[in-house]
Amino acid sequence: MMMLQRNLRRNTVVVTKIIRTLGADRGYSTNQINSEQIKGEYDIIIAGGGMVGCTLACSMGKNKIFSNLKVLLLEGSPDKPFELKPEYSNRVVALNQNTKALMNSMNIWSHVENMRLQPVRHMQVWDACSDALITFSSSEIMDDDVAYIVENDVLLHAVNTELKSPEVSNVNVVYGAKIANYELPKTASDSRSLVRMGNGDVYSCQLLIGADGANSAVRQAMGVQNLAWSYDQMGVVATLELSEETNNITAWQRFLPSGPVALLPLNPRMSSLVWSTSVEHAKQLLAMPEERFVDALNDALWKQYPRSTPVDAAMSWLGDTLRQLGASGGAARQLTPSVRRAQRRAAFPLAFGHSTRYVARGTALIGDAAHRVHPLAGQGVNLGFGDVKHLTEFLGDALYQGLDVAHHSWLEKYESVRQKHNIPTQLAIEAIHRLYSVDLPPFVLIRSLGLTLTNALKPVKKLIMDHAVAT
Amino acid sequence: MLSSPFRLPASSIKHAKLLSSLPQEPMLLRALGAQQKHQSTVDPQDVQKHTDLKSQWWDTTGPMKALHSFNHVRIPFIRDGLVQIPVKERTTTPLCGQSVLDVGCGGGILSEGLAQLGAKVTGIDASKELIELARTHSAGNTKLQENQPTYCCCPIEEHAPAHTGLYDGVVASEIIEHIDNDKKELFVKSCLDTLKPGGRIFLTTPTRSSLSKVTVVYMAEYVLNIVPRGTHDHSKFMTPTELTFLLERNGCHVEMVLGLCYNFVTNRWTFTKNTSLQFALQAVKNA
Repeated sequence: MMMLQRNLRRNTVVVTKIIRTLGADRGYSTNQINSEQIKGEYDIIIAGGGMVGCTLACSMGKNKIFSNLKVLLLEGSPDKPFELKPEYSNRVVALNQNTKALMNSMNIWSHVENMRLQPVRHMQVWDACSDALITFSSSEIMDDDVAYIVENDVLLHAVNTELKSPEVSNVNVVYGAKIANYELPKTASDSRSLVRMGNGDVYSCQLLIGADGANSAVRQAMGVQNLAWSYDQMGVVATLELSEETNNITAWQRFLPSGPVALLPLNPRMSSLVWSTSVEHAKQLLAMPEERFVDALNDALWKQYPRSTPVDAAMSWLGDTLRQLGASGGAARQLTPSVRRAQRRAAFPLAFGHSTRYVARGTALIGDAAHRVHPLAGQGVNLGFGDVKHLTEFLGDALYQGLDVAHHSWLEKYESVRQKHNIPTQLAIEAIHRLYSVDLPPFVLIRSLGLTLTNALKPVKKLIMDHAVAT
Repeated sequence: MLSSPFRLPASSIKHAKLLSSLPQEPMLLRALGAQQKHQSTVDPQDVQKHTDLKSQWWDTTGPMKALHSFNHVRIPFIRDGLVQIPVKERTTTPLCGQSVLDVGCGGGILSEGLAQLGAKVTGIDASKELIELARTHSAGNTKLQENQPTYCCCPIEEHAPAHTGLYDGVVASEIIEHIDNDKKELFVKSCLDTLKPGGRIFLTTPTRSSLSKVTVVYMAEYVLNIVPRGTHDHSKFMTPTELTFLLERNGCHVEMVLGLCYNFVTNRWTFTKNTSLQFALQAVKNA
């Protein structure tokens, strides 16, 4: 028996097999014997402590229905103290009203407000190849802010502040966690997943949640199909100083044939840049001196691109007709601010990703692990927070009727509800991306007429805004 | 208004005593059937049919799978009828402090589900073997270690006299359709007797309609084989109106009638407006 125990520690694979046979004879389950090696048994393990993973952990810590459940959050990076620096970070997110409501429900939003955020009251999106333009204003959505620009690390710190508050007592966090592999339940009777760590620790859980980003290892362990392609584009980010001080409450986005360039307000003098462009161009932009980069950026915002006469004629006719009908749409064209300085340049690759399944037995994916979109609509992280909201609701619903937290029917309900929202959003963003990445006159004509009409037709615009704000 | 307290006829009490003094073997129960039929709500042949399924009762993919998945809709239905808790206050034991009687509990599928939510459950059934099965299964359920349901093998009219006005909720799920039509009044009266004033009764049952005759009886039992053959006798089914009248004239107010629909491919139940197949009813006992 001593020998067996020693072996047990030495060679897990062989031992598991031995135990299976022993267990079958004696009626033990594999996991009971394995518990000697298991460092911790949890109800839920969340792999990935990014913005979405931490928010889910916090939501499970604050929701009373989860209070009897043990939750473990595994985060790869170390727990470093956060300090709000005067200079802005170059990574920001645009949060919609639903994300704000979710954060408010967990008292996270007040921490963000106490640090810093910039409400967006107005949005202008226009085409470099024609006069087409669309605007979104607060006045069109019951005077609510269109979005909020928040730095990633500010939001993450706000979430972590609540996660570490004494109110949350059922969540353990392991920082600097290096996960070696996952062992998911193979049969319906086998109900627990194992998470093996690089240092030999093993954790087990009923429900494993993959919040581990676009290259999700949980998704790979699930063996689900992931539909993904690279855009051969990179998003160049930077913190910009504007030439003039304005009230700066407008988010700007201009569609160039090479990709959209967007300015998101940070404060009256500063904006954050997200410039999607070809990989080669992005590398050049990163390499050039600041002055030349600022010139290139101002060009991208202001430069006249070659126009097609028929497109211009059609657009001017449509504009006249709409004016005569009294339906010229939203606010008039505003002039973009020009940029004086650009600091902290960086670039990240852009890709599309869609996991055909969000759930498997005892497993669920949230955030970028399940879906990845082009940043042109600023929707990516909001979709992730929508996942958090719905997953918490469905799991709570299963618990409230006495079922296991990992009950498959409820996981499937989560998948179905989220895919119904996420897939159309992803497809719409994809369609816009494709339509705007060409400069052939017929396509320019179609998209320009479409954009102008959408801008003029209030109900259509309202539908778009409602969908973007819905979780 | 107080409903007149219901008393069992003297002959029935005598008979009940006789029954309880006998060793209750199924064979005996069946032999007694003809005689008992006049006084009891229990149909011994029907009881035997269900007892025969004993071995498969707790197999969630076996002949009882529709009853297992039925828990996913009837437990929330009963829970929300008994307690209403705001989302933020919810716990995993919302029925803590509620006493519930499960009439016709069978192997305890519903009793265990309600006990897991914290309710103090008493399950009664006419089949001794199913009660034994329910006891054994609950004892082995680790989630119920601190809140075991109490099981008792007796018909409702025997349980009622000693438990008058005791329960917050009485559940008669998929049972009234097994009771002879002339005993339904006695059954309902007995159920309501055990309820506290202001307590609620929950019933689910197939509807008597031509649609249910085709689907619930022929299709389910003979074509799809998802329900054991001979489970249902269509002439004993009720309509929502009949059951509403029956309950209201026995001193309660019907609060809700919902239709139910079963998808045999996905093994899922959903609430619908249409009550022509199956319905769930909630009524409150007059104070």
